[in-house]
Order: sequence, then C-alpha cells, then structure tokens
Amino acid sequence: MAQMKHTITALVSDKPAVLSRVSSLFRRRGFNITSLAVGNCEIPGMSRMAFVVEGDDGIVEQITKQLRTLIDVIKVSDISKADFVSRELALIRVRANSTNRSEIIQLVDIFRANIVDVAPESLIIEVTGDEDKIESINDLLKTFGVTEMIRTGTVAMMRGMAGGTEETQATNLPRSRSDATS
Amino acid sequence: MKLTGGQIVCESLIREGVAVIFGLPGGANLPLYQTLPQYPQIRHILVRHEQGAGHAADGYARVTGKVGVAWATSGPGATNLVTPITTAQMDSVPMVCITGQVARSSIGTDAFQEADISGITLPITKHNYLVMHASRIAETIKEAFYIASTGRPGPVLIDIPKDVFNEEAEFQYPDEVDLPGYKPVLDGHPSQIKRAARLIKEAERPLILAGHGVILSKAYEELKELAEKAQIPVITTLLGISSFPENHVLSLGMPGMHGMAYTSLAIDDADLIVGLGLRFDDRVTGKISTFAPKAKVIHVDMDPSAIGKNVKVTVPIVGDVKRVLRQLNQAVEPAVHLGWLEQIEEIKRAHPSNRIRETDSLIPQFVIKQLAEVTEGKAIVVTGVGQHQMWTAQHYGFIEPNSFISSGGLGAMGYEVPAAMGAKVGRPDKTVWSVAGDGGFQMTMSELATMVENDIQVKFAIMNNRFLGMVRQWQEFFYKKSYVATHYTHNPDFVKLAEAFGMLGVRVTDKTQVMPAIQQAMEYNGPALLDFMVEEEENLYPMIPPGTSTAQLIEEPVEEKAKWHR
Ligand SMILES: Cc1ncc(C[n+]2csc(CCOP(=O)(O)OP(=O)(O)O)c2C)c(N)n1
Repeated sequence: MAQMKHTITALVSDKPAVLSRVSSLFRRRGFNITSLAVGNCEIPGMSRMAFVVEGDDGIVEQITKQLRTLIDVIKVSDISKADFVSRELALIRVRANSTNRSEIIQLVDIFRANIVDVAPESLIIEVTGDEDKIESINDLLKTFGVTEMIRTGTVAMMRGMAGGTEETQATNLPRSRSDATS
Repeated sequence: MKLTGGQIVCESLIREGVAVIFGLPGGANLPLYQTLPQYPQIRHILVRHEQGAGHAADGYARVTGKVGVAWATSGPGATNLVTPITTAQMDSVPMVCITGQVARSSIGTDAFQEADISGITLPITKHNYLVMHASRIAETIKEAFYIASTGRPGPVLIDIPKDVFNEEAEFQYPDEVDLPGYKPVLDGHPSQIKRAARLIKEAERPLILAGHGVILSKAYEELKELAEKAQIPVITTLLGISSFPENHVLSLGMPGMHGMAYTSLAIDDADLIVGLGLRFDDRVTGKISTFAPKAKVIHVDMDPSAIGKNVKVTVPIVGDVKRVLRQLNQAVEPAVHLGWLEQIEEIKRAHPSNRIRETDSLIPQFVIKQLAEVTEGKAIVVTGVGQHQMWTAQHYGFIEPNSFISSGGLGAMGYEVPAAMGAKVGRPDKTVWSVAGDGGFQMTMSELATMVENDIQVKFAIMNNRFLGMVRQWQEFFYKKSYVATHYTHNPDFVKLAEAFGMLGVRVTDKTQVMPAIQQAMEYNGPALLDFMVEEEENLYPMIPPGTSTAQLIEEPVEEKAKWHR
C-alpha cells in the first residue's frame, strides 16, 4: 500500500491533558505526525484537532481506531477520503534591504500573502494556504535569506454541508464504533 | 449534605458496591484513611507493598468480575502501582486506583513525594484523572467505575491532592455519566452476523480461538453452544484458558509459542478461524505471514482497534462477545465435521505434547498433574510468569469457568503472590492455589505477611528450580548454555521462611511426597507453602521460537519421549 498523507480531524472534549493523551498515543504507537493543530470549535466545551499523518491505509485506519479508544475523543474523521479544504498559516522573517524590498513585495503579491512587519533589515510575511503553497513561497524567499519561520500546522474541513452538521450532532448521538470496521 | 473529600470518596465507593480495598497509607492520602473508621462496611486490607495492592485488586477483579480497588499515597506509593496498572491494562482488567497527591499549592514544585502519576500512567490506563476540587470527586468516581467496567475493561487512576480530601463539598452521587466520546457497541451488526454465519456454514475445517473476552463477558454457555451446534473445536489462548472446559471433546488446548504442537498444527490446516475476544498477540500467531495461512478469519471483539491490528480479518464484528455469540448461535446452522475432527485426532496422536514423560526425578509437570488430580481440576490457579506458568497452562486441565489467573500481556513476574491473595479474598469459597516460580515468588513474597495477618488461605506451590527457568532455557537454546545471571545459588529456605511468616511450610524433594504434601496443605487451616525442589534444567516443550512458525516447532526430544507417563 502506498505511503500517503492523510488529514484527520478529531472532535475532543476540552479536558485537561487531552492534548497529551493524543500526542502520547501517537508517540507510543509509533505513528508519524507531520502536523498537528488544535483550537476551539463551534461547540462550547469542545475543541477540534487536525492531524496530517503519513502512512498506508492500514496505518491510518489504526490511527483513527486508536484515537477513538480515548475517552475524551468524541469523533474522528479521515477527511482526506473526501473532498476537503486545508489551510495553514506561516510567518516568515526574511532579510530585506532597500535594493531587494520591492522584489520581495512582488513575490508576496503573487502569493497573495501579506507583509505584517517592516524593519530596516527585514520583513515579516504572513502567508496562508495549503502546504504546497507555503513550501513554494518559503523556497523562493530563501534566496533572500529566511531568518525565522513559524507555522500553525494544517487545519482542514470537508467541502459541502455534511461535515460540520454531522459532527455537531455527534455530540449527543451515540457514536457508531462499528462504522470503521463493518 | 456537606462532606469532606475523603468522606465523598468512601460514600461514592460504597455506592459502587465496593466491599474490599487493598492499600497502604502515607502523608498525602492520610486524610482519606482517617475517614475509614466511619465506614465499617468497607474492608481495607493493608498490604506490605503497593505492587501487592495493585495485583491483589487485579486478582480480585478477575475472579469476581467486579472492579478491583487499590489505594496508595503520592510519589513512591503511586509509582509502586505502575506494574499492576500496566498488567491490568494489557489484560483488560477492571480496576480503579485512588492515589493521594501533594496539596494543590505544591503541585509542580517538585515537592516532597510529588510524582506526576497521572502523567506517568497516561499510556497505561484506560483513562485517568487529577481531581482538583472535592465537588468533582463523586462524578469522577462514577465515571471511573463506568469506564473501568464497561466496553473493553481496564484500569482507571484517580489522583487526589491531599487538601482536596479535607475540602468540604456538597455530596450527591450522580445517577448517570455524561461521556459523549465513550459509547461501547454491544451488539454485533446484523449483516456481519449473517456473513459470519455463512462463513461458518461453508467452512470444512473451522476452529474457534477463544480469548480473555469470552471470560470477561461470561460467555461460557454461548461458546459451548456455538462449538457444539456447529461442531467446531475450541482453542483457548493463555488468557482464554478456563473459558471452555478442557475435558470437553471439542477442547483443543492452547496455541502459540508454548502451546500444544497439535493445536498450532491444526491452525495451519484450518480454513476458518473464529476469533472471540482476543487480540491475536504475537505469542499466539508467531510470524504473522505464516499464521493460519489457509484460513479466513472472523474476529469478534469489544475493542474496534484490536480488530485488523495484527491479522487480516474477513468478517470483523465489534461487540460484546456474549451478545454477539447469542446472535450468531441463532444464525448458525448445525453442522458436522467428522473428517476434520478425525484429522485433528491424528495430529494429536502424532504429536502428543500434552503427555509428560516418566522420570525418577521430580519435574514440575508431574507436580501440576498431581495438583490437578487432588483438586479435580476445579481450583482457582494463579501463576507467575515463566516455565511454571506454561506448564500449568498445559497440564492442569481447567474445568471450571474463569479459574486460571495469570499475567498474560505484560508477563509480570511477582504476580503470583498478591494476585492469588486478591483471588482468595474475592472467592473465599474456592480453593486457591498459587503455582509460583522461585524467581517471581521472591519479588512479592512480603505479602505472605498480609495473608497470615488477614487469614487469607492461599496455598502456594513453588516450582523451585533455583533458576530464572524460562530465561535459562532461552540461554540453553539460543546462547549455547551460557547461563548469565539466571542461576540463584543461594535461595532462602522457603520452608523456614513460611514458618517465619506464620504459615505451614513443607519441602518436597521426591515424587512420592507430592500427593501427601498437597493434601496436607489443603487440609491445613491457613495459608500454606509447598517448596517443590524440582529438576533444575527441565525444558519446556513444545516451543515455536519467537517470530517463526510451526516449521520451526521444537518438540520434546524423541529419546525422552520413549517412556510416556500415563
Ligand atoms: C518483572 C519481570 N522481570 C523479568 C522478567 C523476564 N522473565 C520472564 S520469565 C523469567 C524467569 C522466571 O523465573 P521463575 O519465576 O523462577 O519461573 P520459572 O521460569 O523458573 O518457572 C524472567 C526473568 C519478567 N517476565 N518479569
């Protein structure tokens, strides 16, 4: 089976240690996380996490099943099976001076990124997009000298109506654990 | 009604039906202990080491099906519970551990006897809690018992800071839990049941593999019904032992690394494996790619993550084994497999690995056969980990449901002493034997004092080979008999030790003394210890070396086979 990037989202209770529970599980089972993002969601008392993981279908099935064994994890979806949108935000500090500043600004425009801080010797660029877009602008900016970069990790959502409503309802519906296997 | 945190713990435990607690106090849980005199209905058994408390709670839980409870103080008390908690997690045993923690204001300061036990036990519990307010204790205990005992059971740890035991809060015990992320599926999906029934109907050489899940869901009758109705031989994994009576014609013993040769060889030929409540552990399957190469697999388990983890499954069924078996028994049609049963009989005749050889010297297999004879195969037998554990599994012949108690998944030496204590407390009506290794016994033997003190009448049979026998055997087979660090050249005198603890101790050096000694121990009104001085370098057969298949099966050498005992 092919090694592929999968994007998984999980609705979790906002309980202490929920993040450690999830990351401990990934570590213990030897699963590789490429990116992890977490934050509040539309349901009070809940958070949604997004993971990008690498592995074949078998491994990804194990990851989703193992996540479901955690008491504080309410719903897990491998959304890369469907049509989905994914975004990441990065802040990139790049060396800039009066001679190359305009060249950088052009590049920023092409990528529909923003300059959020200007200093005599550098700029901070904010860019949003999927992983590929962030990699590309970063590669191009490297020629000027990237001195610092920070990324949020990918967040993702299924296209259309289905995802959100279904997951919202899931909080008061018994979760069908057999779905994944039967 | 306003109560202190300590009182709330006790009130809550009483509402969960807790009758016995194993534990040991210290600074951080003292306020909890000091409320105990108000609750005479709770029996507290003071252990000698918290590992003893944990394993005793585990043994108690396994024999009763109830949640076992252990208490320990912060820091070292809590860390001493780590091995029993992991044991319970690996073997799906319902257990609740309540630990004291340093006061809230000291948490995170590396205070005296502070250990982050909820962090430490994160990967080895089904769930855990750090309770920061007395007002949260009741709902936490309610949830903990629910989580520990439902679904795939497991250990739950509740850590409570010292000052929270003293804090007052309104006490009201909740009727329900609110856990949106936890809804175990109990019934099998009807279409999966149909598919499974069809596979069973089409199968010509089917086998049932019964695991601990059968015992946890008490599906003994349902398993028997399926086996008899469709005439399918039943193999029991190490922890599945005693889920199906071994004197039944369809009983086919234990598979895997030290299973019966004929059991593993039958699996090689099977065209269908019906796996019930097991996880297809590597000790069962050997090399995965050669496991049951001709078979389709039906896998029934409570835990969806156990299905498809190790072996490829044709029909997965998530659900409680008992309920799924009831559904399956309705759907399955009566069948006969005379040719298959005859084929298995032939394999058995060619590979009689359940027989033991005639010897002049005292060998552990003989002792276990004798023990089975005296107890008629009906005692609860608790073991440690090693050769003696496998010999017990192979030769005792368990008849009564849920009578074999052993640390399977973790394989924790030292389990044999405290777990037997817990088992006897849980089932005082039963004879409880602990078949111990001289190695494992010395890890936890301090609990003998607890047993004498509380008149917990466990009978011990130490298979004293003066070696860490199982490891010695690996050294013999795989390291040219280089016995590094496995020989005990100066074991204590276990008979004198027993006497020092205040129990009966008898040494057995000769075959003729075995039966009378066992009888003497049984008749003795109190805990008793038999020190069986067995052959030092007896080997355990058969063996399928780790990561291999039946092609590498090692059976007892032929010259030794020449004279069979019985
Ligand atoms: C706590 C622990 N430490 C080490 C081991 C590794 N180990 C497995 S079997 C064994 C030998 C056990 O010796 P003994 O209790 O005397 O039993 P025997 O094999 O001789 O019957 C050892 C050291 C273990 N299983 N558990």
